[in-house]
Amino acid sequence: MSLTRQEIEKVALLARLILTPEEVEEMTGQLGRVLEYMALLNEVDTEGVEPLAHAVEFANVFREDRVEKSLDREIALANAPHRDDECYLVPAVLGDV
Amino acid sequence: MTSLDRFPFDRCASELLVALRVGHVTSEDLVQAALAQIEKYDPHVGAFLAVRGEKALDQAREIDRRRARGEKLGLLAGIPVAVKDNLCMEGEPTTCASRMLANFVPPYDATVVARLKAADAVIIGKTNLDEFAMGGSTETSAFQKTRNPWDLERIPGGSSGGAAACVAARMVPLSVGSDTGGSIRQPAALCGVTGLKPTYGRVSRYGLVAFASSLDQIGPLAQSVEDCALLLEVLAGHDPRDATSINRPVPPYRELVFQRPDAIKIGYVPEMLSDGVSPDVVRTMEETLNVFRSLGAEIREVALPHARYAVATYYIIACSEASSNLARYDGVHYGYRTDEKAMLAELAEERRRLQQEGNLAALDDLDTALVRLYRKTRAEGFGAEVKRRIMLGTYALSAGYYDAYYLKALKVRRLIRQDYDQAFERVDMILGPVTPAPAFRIGEKINDPLAMYLFDLFTVSANLAGIPALAFPAGLSTEGLPIGVQLQGPPLSEERLLQMGYLFQQVTDWHRRRPPLIENDRLLS
Repeated sequence: MSLTRQEIEKVALLARLILTPEEVEEMTGQLGRVLEYMALLNEVDTEGVEPLAHAVEFANVFREDRVEKSLDREIALANAPHRDDECYLVPAVLGDV
Repeated sequence: MTSLDRFPFDRCASELLVALRVGHVTSEDLVQAALAQIEKYDPHVGAFLAVRGEKALDQAREIDRRRARGEKLGLLAGIPVAVKDNLCMEGEPTTCASRMLANFVPPYDATVVARLKAADAVIIGKTNLDEFAMGGSTETSAFQKTRNPWDLERIPGGSSGGAAACVAARMVPLSVGSDTGGSIRQPAALCGVTGLKPTYGRVSRYGLVAFASSLDQIGPLAQSVEDCALLLEVLAGHDPRDATSINRPVPPYRELVFQRPDAIKIGYVPEMLSDGVSPDVVRTMEETLNVFRSLGAEIREVALPHARYAVATYYIIACSEASSNLARYDGVHYGYRTDEKAMLAELAEERRRLQQEGNLAALDDLDTALVRLYRKTRAEGFGAEVKRRIMLGTYALSAGYYDAYYLKALKVRRLIRQDYDQAFERVDMILGPVTPAPAFRIGEKINDPLAMYLFDLFTVSANLAGIPALAFPAGLSTEGLPIGVQLQGPPLSEERLLQMGYLFQQVTDWHRRRPPLIENDRLLS
């Protein structure tokens, strides 16, 4: 399975990354080789095998729906890179910027 | 003992606890000894990202005062413990060895950190790791390299490289790591220490910075099996804040470890002793099987026919989960954020240029300011290996490839699990190598991700199957580097694994060997 530079750029957008031209070059080769190796799985017959997403197959865990103490707003905002008194701040989302 | 021992942490934590109880040493002595050892050797080893010098000493003195007053103290009262830097500790930077979290100070304790505090352990510092625990050499840390105390030109393994190296260099007796695909067992093996990956769910993951949530598990590293048993007893237990934690009582591992298990059948997979495995590892495995035979275990061949697919399966699943887990690093809530002004100016400039060129298609595709904020933040905050894994995972989960990669891997995962289930009908545990070779040289594999991934072939299966595995030192290579082996058992068989490991360490002294670095100070030049 070889990858094209276009595919790498598309995946980078999906992953919300920006790659430099050198990184695109390097990843195209490296990820291509890793995917080639992963093609090894094609030799396994998985007809009728149920996927296993979790090694310990739990039933869902429920708790009573009651309000519990959560972090104070000030503490929750303490690590925010950009904030005002009560909110996280992001660049304008609507309109021309 | 006296506080004048050259290497107080040659002693088991249980011995240190007795010495503390009878007043031969104080917790302050032990913390001083740990800090002195760190000061002397860590400039060469690089195991710690942060050392809580004065805070740890204050805490030790407080414990000494409480002891003097006759107060009831916790299981690890006064013992210095190191914690991997992907475990949150309130008020202490928790970086995951990433630029992304360089300034992150968690507002809460991970459950295991809370448990250590409740046990009156003294947390001495945070240890280095591969960035976000993604790697097998601790070379992908954004901040520093950690070197193997047995040979400073070699990697300590990873991702819990700092956690293993600080135990090997006798800086602390106990250390907490995490294991997603071997990250406790592999560095333990390469540094000549003992490490346990518990059953998935045995230890709460609350407050562990997530890498691959269906595989991550926290566990102990120490010089001996008995110390791993002690630390596991403190770490393990049900936690309502981790919905995947197992709601079963925690056995008193620290007492049960001394019991001799009866009529144990140990399996091994002959294929694992052939192609591509170093002769030193093969010899160590054969010798270890003989030791267990002489201890009365019955040795049987078993088959794990899908083991050869484990690396491919693991990397598809782990990277897929990582790409999803790491989506939270967006430059908004916490962690690194790109320079917003520069980003907006750059975006405006791109728009102007495309307008001039009349390139309407590209203008349409141009990132919004918010999307560009995410992308620049992540491009600058993550290192190369993390980006590679996010890319691989995003690809494996993307439309058109999901069935061929992710779904296929989940199916093979079940087959790998079934192999173990069948094997454990015939034997109680399986002995195998931890790594195909001893520690490699720093830089040797860093530009070849596939070679790095293939080094994990013996460890990733236990994570895929969710089973416990205990790694311990069992030999030295011809070059004098430690070689480890691992015992894998069915879910919740920690007790038996620890008992067999303890028995092994009663009749061998591999776990007592010290790295030449600390034996001979002239090597410090």
